[in-house]
Amino acid sequence: MAEIEIAAGFIPLTDSAILVAARECGFAEEEGVALTLLRETSWANIRDRMAIGQFEAAHMLAPMPIAFELGLTPLALEVVAPMAMGLGGNAVTVSAGLFDQMMEAESFTPPDPNGAGNALRAAIEARKHAGDPPLQFGVVHPHSGHNFELRYWLAASGIDPETDVEIVIVPPPFMPDALESGQIDGFCVGEPWNSVAVSKNAGRIATIKSAIWRSSPEKVLGVRADWARNNGHGLSRLVRALYRAAEWCGDPASHSALSHILARPEYVGQSASLVARALEGTVIPGASGEEETGFFEPFAHAATFPWQSQALWFYSQMVRWGQVEHTPANADKARRCYRPDLYRAALSPLSVPIPAANAKVEGALTEPEPVGATSGALMLGPDGFFDGRIFDPDKLESYLAEDRS
Amino acid sequence: MPGRPPSVLVIDDNSVRAAIIEAGLREAGHDRVTVVTDVTGIAGRIAALEPDVIVIDLENPNRDMLENMFQLSRAVKRPIAMFVDRSDTDSIERAIDAGVSAYVVDGLRRERVKPILDMAISRFNAYSRLERELEDARNALQSRKVIDQAKGLLMRSRGMSEEDAYALLRKTAMNQNRKISDVAQSLVLAADMLGKED
Repeated sequence: MAEIEIAAGFIPLTDSAILVAARECGFAEEEGVALTLLRETSWANIRDRMAIGQFEAAHMLAPMPIAFELGLTPLALEVVAPMAMGLGGNAVTVSAGLFDQMMEAESFTPPDPNGAGNALRAAIEARKHAGDPPLQFGVVHPHSGHNFELRYWLAASGIDPETDVEIVIVPPPFMPDALESGQIDGFCVGEPWNSVAVSKNAGRIATIKSAIWRSSPEKVLGVRADWARNNGHGLSRLVRALYRAAEWCGDPASHSALSHILARPEYVGQSASLVARALEGTVIPGASGEEETGFFEPFAHAATFPWQSQALWFYSQMVRWGQVEHTPANADKARRCYRPDLYRAALSPLSVPIPAANAKVEGALTEPEPVGATSGALMLGPDGFFDGRIFDPDKLESYLAEDRS
Repeated sequence: MPGRPPSVLVIDDNSVRAAIIEAGLREAGHDRVTVVTDVTGIAGRIAALEPDVIVIDLENPNRDMLENMFQLSRAVKRPIAMFVDRSDTDSIERAIDAGVSAYVVDGLRRERVKPILDMAISRFNAYSRLERELEDARNALQSRKVIDQAKGLLMRSRGMSEEDAYALLRKTAMNQNRKISDVAQSLVLAADMLGKED
């Protein structure tokens, strides 16, 4: 099999695991893919290098391909997401001072999102009475799961993300220092940056993505659309390599080796023990661990399947927060960035279970449930939103209307 | 405002490089150039300056924050990445290779932007060259120090003259196909481990 060369960009985060494992553990090689990984300092750089053809693929925030397609970025680019790269993996961390204020206002047990949300609302009210300035929260990008899950959690807790707090953009590796120096009061970021802040005693984790929305999408494999069109076989090989890598990453027996690989300076550059916390679901020191089940899931529960319903949920949040006007054409563009057809084309030779549908009702499962799959059995994880709302992609209009009222 | 030169904002946490770009732009007749090395409070600066062109180093991790701010800021009207002319892939690639990125206010004519970008690219490259030369000079100095140390070791322990000590280092290096400074480094390290030098 002739080798195909693929260059992919990534940001130093634990959820770059699948790409890193594909390169380091031989999965890319087995598929005849010579995979080069290039670490970048901003999502903007990943976009720009992809636009001029230096990258064929990249580790991307799940809403990014949608933002490109809707023309929300300073540079036009057509990117498709033939695969997701895991579920969960983020947390909301607040400064030690704010954590104490929250506890004082209304005691809660992290990561309980209801308790943490009520405590934060009470703390914000107390601050308003005292005449303190609004709290500042950092997120990594306006078109990110972090921005949308933080806003979702705040709004559902009775906190207006537009007026009760200020949301600012901070690069992931800068978050712990920004919290420690008091530039921000809290943040929502991927691992290991929450654990870095916790280990420096700069912050405490209030809640986690997998508690706000269980089994929720976070990163995707972004692929340049023109490259994908002209290199179907190469893309299939890449997706197969990443699927096998995800399977390996999801196996608890791999966690120690994986955390040591990710810890290396060319990848995440933090200690293996900090990186391991996300893989093992132990980001909250002293917690029983049960609440963190599925904190980061790279493989199980169809964690690599690019659900078009999830693309539409991200779109609904873009509309909700004024990033884009809702039109049926825009909704269609958002949905079509996610390409389950390419996923199926790549994986069909492996005879692995693949969801038969392209979309599902998000938030309807409270227990693990089998899903219709092409072959074998495939279980979906519980996928509830913490406030009990349900997102039915066929009822987008009424979902959007609920948020306007 | 026809005829008025575009206002340029340079954002670079490397103050030396920023100064080099600023000087270049001023020499080329751009008198409306502002340099910002610390992005704290940048929103206010941008609102006050209303820049037409923003030049930023590509490796700046704050690019995502800045882009978000450009989108929200009313001062920068619809900023577009420099790749406004997709057919000009050559200059896009040169910019990325040089490590520079830029944003341009929509509507500014390309022929007014290009000289600014070209200047930024050439100054970024000049700075990289300068940095490489400095690094080489630093390495050369370091090698000379190590070679002097190794010569001293040989002179003391084997009673050699300075010339002979150097000749021995050079011969060993040639035989082993290594650099003299590497051989000297090994010798100094070995002596260190054996505790011959205090």
